[in-house]
Amino acid sequence: MPPLLTLSAVSKRFDNGVEAIGRVDLAVADGEFVSLVGPSGCGKSTALRIIAGLVAPSAGTVEFPGGRPELGFVFQDPTLMPWADAGTNARLPLDLKGVARAQAQARALRALHRVGLKGFEKAFPRELSGGMRMRVSIARAIASEPKLLLMDEPFAALDELSRQALNDDLLKLAREDGITVLFVTHSVFESAYLSSRVVVMTPRPARIAAEIPLAPPAASRDVSWRMTPEFADGARRVSDALRQAMEGAA
Amino acid sequence: MSAALKYVLPALIGIAALALWEFLVRHYRVEPTVLPGPSAIWLAFMDNLPSLMGSLLVTLRITWTAYFIALAGGLLLAILFSQSRTAEMTLYPYAVILQVTPIVAVTPLILIWTGLDHAERAATLIALIVAFFPILSNATLGLRSVDPGLIDLFRLYGASRWQVLWRLQLPGALPLILAGSKIAAGLALVGAVVAESAAGSGTSTGLAWRITEAGFQLQIGKMFAALLLLSLVGIANFYALTFLEWLLLHRWHESALKRQS
Repeated sequence: MPPLLTLSAVSKRFDNGVEAIGRVDLAVADGEFVSLVGPSGCGKSTALRIIAGLVAPSAGTVEFPGGRPELGFVFQDPTLMPWADAGTNARLPLDLKGVARAQAQARALRALHRVGLKGFEKAFPRELSGGMRMRVSIARAIASEPKLLLMDEPFAALDELSRQALNDDLLKLAREDGITVLFVTHSVFESAYLSSRVVVMTPRPARIAAEIPLAPPAASRDVSWRMTPEFADGARRVSDALRQAMEGAA
Repeated sequence: MSAALKYVLPALIGIAALALWEFLVRHYRVEPTVLPGPSAIWLAFMDNLPSLMGSLLVTLRITWTAYFIALAGGLLLAILFSQSRTAEMTLYPYAVILQVTPIVAVTPLILIWTGLDHAERAATLIALIVAFFPILSNATLGLRSVDPGLIDLFRLYGASRWQVLWRLQLPGALPLILAGSKIAAGLALVGAVVAESAAGSGTSTGLAWRITEAGFQLQIGKMFAALLLLSLVGIANFYALTFLEWLLLHRWHESALKRQS
């Protein structure tokens, strides 16, 4: 089975001379949960934006062997329209694609219910907490039923409890819908918790320092899984690889 | 502070000031051709009610016509600017020239062009010129100040220019457009008054002309009455737009938020 996504010798140098990505080769298979881990400002976000087609690579190619899948993107900020209620925000991708209003609304509301926001359809972003805003953002991303979900440090600004709850809900959603996830984070523990594979990046210009396969995302990774030796072992391996990547650069 | 007090205190001060005014004018026997008391002003107002009301209508017509044309024109030009940097680079300097040239200095020229027989046209044009720029500059700024994350999102989902404009830029610019439009409404009134005062005579019949006319005839009471009406027009415009702003923004915009205390 061909991979869902391949990056071949992708590099990026910005107009101002900053070299964000050195040279990256990466293949992501259908159904994987891949985390990109690396120091802040290492070009992980740029890689995600290149995959989304928001930024053109300076060299190399991004290919979707099976055709460009439906994409969802979740930014570090919830990036909601402040003048629109949660339902309208979640409906945005469908509105932009010209899906009929009633059908779009039904799908947006279902997405909101799935992220635990039943009863908040009419709430405006400013009336919601940070965690709830991020849930609206996720609802918006899944409303268009993406095959590939790109997430750029989505939970970095949240408190630990919200973050754990969202991690678990994200795993559940990805599994239920068979969504492939590419997840940028600088948290070793988060990556070890969520991923079937962790890609460790070097400081800028980003290259891949190590790829760490982890136990496939178990049928259920609940809170008790955080206490298992497997989780601790995965976290240690990611942490070691990250340290080596930093030292190699220094 | 209680809500009642918020209205009662200013009202009390106002009444006290009027009473003091009336008392001083009567006590020192001030000439009514210099300073009439509030009661004399009220009498002048009632005596001249039909002509003042007619003039009020003229002033309102000038101000609102100019305001709505400025609003539509300013918005359209701002939208053009937001779609094309070239258009903005080409045209913006001229908009600035229009803005920085003191309007009083241009008024005689415009009066000649529109013809002294058409003072109302001149007044509308001048009010339009002064009202135009705040709308243009605020709307341009607003249309450009879009959350870059949302722009990315719209691009990701393949939004057209039209969708970006209609669903993202215009709603995002609304607070600034409304702020600009509030300034413009005030300036339109100033423009109308300036133009009529400069016209001096001829066919102008708005409130500013009533003031000039009353000055010539030393009818200071009537002058005050017209002045009072002008203030009321300004206040009414301001609060109408403030209400519109509240209607459109109160659910989501920071400026309309009530802090819990």
